[in-house]
Amino acid sequence: MVDLLDRRLLFVTGKGGVGKTTISAALAWLAAERGKKTLVCEVDAKGDLADFYETAPTRFEEREVAPRLWAMSMDTEASLKQYLSLQLKIPLVARIGPLAQMFNFVASAAPGVREIVTIGKLCWEVRERHYDLVVVDASAAGHIVGQLAAPQAINQLVQVGLVRQQTGWMLDILGDAATTGLVIVATPAEMPVNETLELIDRVRDETNVVLAGIVVNRVLPELFGRAEEEVFERLERPESREPLEKRLGGSLAPLVEAARLTVTMRRSRAEHLEHLRAEVDPAVPMLYMPYLFFRATGLRATHQIADALSAELGY
Amino acid sequence: MGGPETLEGLLTSKEIAIACGSGGVGKTTTAAAMAAMAAVRHRGKVLVLTVDPARRLASALGLGGFGNEEKKVDEEAFKAAGVKPRGELWAAMLDTKQSWDDLVRRHAPDATTRDRILSNPLYQNISGKFVQSHDYIAMERLYEIHTSGDYDLIVVDTPPTRNALDFIEAPRRMADFFSSRLLRLLIAPYRSRMVNLASRPFYQVADRVLGSQFLEDIAEFFILFQTMYAGFVERATAVERLLRDKRTTFVVVSTLEPAPVSEAEFFIQVLTAKRFNLGALVLNKVLPGYLLDEEADELAARLGDEAAELARIEGLASALDTDEEQLTRVLREVAANFRNFATVARREAGMRRDLQVRPQVVATAPELEDDIHDVSGLLGLGELIWG
Repeated sequence: MVDLLDRRLLFVTGKGGVGKTTISAALAWLAAERGKKTLVCEVDAKGDLADFYETAPTRFEEREVAPRLWAMSMDTEASLKQYLSLQLKIPLVARIGPLAQMFNFVASAAPGVREIVTIGKLCWEVRERHYDLVVVDASAAGHIVGQLAAPQAINQLVQVGLVRQQTGWMLDILGDAATTGLVIVATPAEMPVNETLELIDRVRDETNVVLAGIVVNRVLPELFGRAEEEVFERLERPESREPLEKRLGGSLAPLVEAARLTVTMRRSRAEHLEHLRAEVDPAVPMLYMPYLFFRATGLRATHQIADALSAELGY
Repeated sequence: MGGPETLEGLLTSKEIAIACGSGGVGKTTTAAAMAAMAAVRHRGKVLVLTVDPARRLASALGLGGFGNEEKKVDEEAFKAAGVKPRGELWAAMLDTKQSWDDLVRRHAPDATTRDRILSNPLYQNISGKFVQSHDYIAMERLYEIHTSGDYDLIVVDTPPTRNALDFIEAPRRMADFFSSRLLRLLIAPYRSRMVNLASRPFYQVADRVLGSQFLEDIAEFFILFQTMYAGFVERATAVERLLRDKRTTFVVVSTLEPAPVSEAEFFIQVLTAKRFNLGALVLNKVLPGYLLDEEADELAARLGDEAAELARIEGLASALDTDEEQLTRVLREVAANFRNFATVARREAGMRRDLQVRPQVVATAPELEDDIHDVSGLLGLGELIWG
């Protein structure tokens, strides 16, 4: 399989709240650090991406936020204007009265119209080779299939017209496994794991984009090896830790209880991870990201996750 | 019965409870747990209307397949949990496509129009995706069920939306949409074939980009849809009125992580500003209170620093059937783990203080070891937040 960062277009998705933007930010950071001119694009403009680089809010116009790292946020209206003027050579488009309104209107009725403008812009950056890698902080799991399948949807709905003519080259880029890949972010819990498996099926059936990797976020540390855990279990008996408590002058009960909580949580989560690994094609890499105990935003978090990604990718 | 300051007190005095919050905070589970508790503790019929339950939870509630109809949760499910409910628990899942079809059947002016809409390829393609249709249809269905008068309490799990509050605005937007000037502008030429000179460039671009056939398809669809305009707007207004009614309460669900908290804050602000009835805040997956114990944290620091020394306490290692080296490692892990989670717990406590505007009821549930996928799990969570 192609190395994750050797692809040219990576869509990062996942259920809400699993850390999709964190992973996108860190993947792009790592790529730039490794010498690739990288663009990272936030699609659902929540403005969180800028926080991960501790930079001013991102806009549609790409801006260099670190060496070789460029960031932008998607704005379908601005993208449409750029698309019409650059690609379709439609002049004076900005002067045509209710263009934006018309667009919103048509987009609200026709699936794929809004999405094609997003996908089109990203594919275009890849086609024109403006960047070595484009990382997309894409829509959440519920919407990603509609986004990736937009060219097919447009092909079905629109029989003629310039938009239809544009879908061919996009499909080529999206369908080339060496160029484009989908990264799904999950956390080790029942719902995210099941939804990831469902999403994998849908992406396979309804789009031509390949699954490039799964990132499992917030994996709790393993506190003890097997022999150590036995020692810990003996420490859980209050009488066995008396000499320690006498020396320290306080109760260790909360500490022992907290360790038990971690051990139990890690164990129940490991079951979900095993289930996920067993169901996913063994050729698809799974990257495990540690649970961050400090505040999980800002550059510090981005660095830590980028380092963890780097280690998991074997760099 | 609890006072108004508990979730129990709140829910027993309302007819509709709407659970809202960002994804991944346990909204669906919380909604189901509240409904299950209400059904167990009180007489009457309780319905949980859910959008996207985890599969095992869905089957525990008897929501195996697809379909819109409400189903009674089997008494056996409660028996397995060792309780005999005083009321009845019903559950329903939202089927967007079917709900749209029902809506068309209700509002279409005649059978011909109805059939033309239902068989319009564009309609079939988009009834699942049309203008935040999930949001609107969830509220529409809530209205329909509430009007039937079949239930004493309806607990709604709101759909995951890009903007967490889309659903409360959905009825208004839907009404605006059908009365918009743009809709008339867009479909005008296909109605009259007379194109106003001033708007000609607009259509030319539209035709070039999208193709005229596609625009005609869209236009036909909207022309048909407009026949339902009056009924639709009236209905949307009624739905909005219900959401603002005193019998309806909003329950904001969150964890104490930064992103969900800021979303919850936003929620609380908007609900308050727009005069919806904010009833309760449920905080899920909260870490246990002992992690905030400062003495324990100091002890953990010392245990970590002095682990090697402590492991050499006479007879300790052998009593634990280990050696000093291994014991040192175990003690260090126990210490580091406590300090790590104490950091998270302190951050959570800070988040909690930051949630300035609060509803009357604030309920807290701990991080549970296992996912909830049966009625006894739901009741376990329910007991913790009920009051």
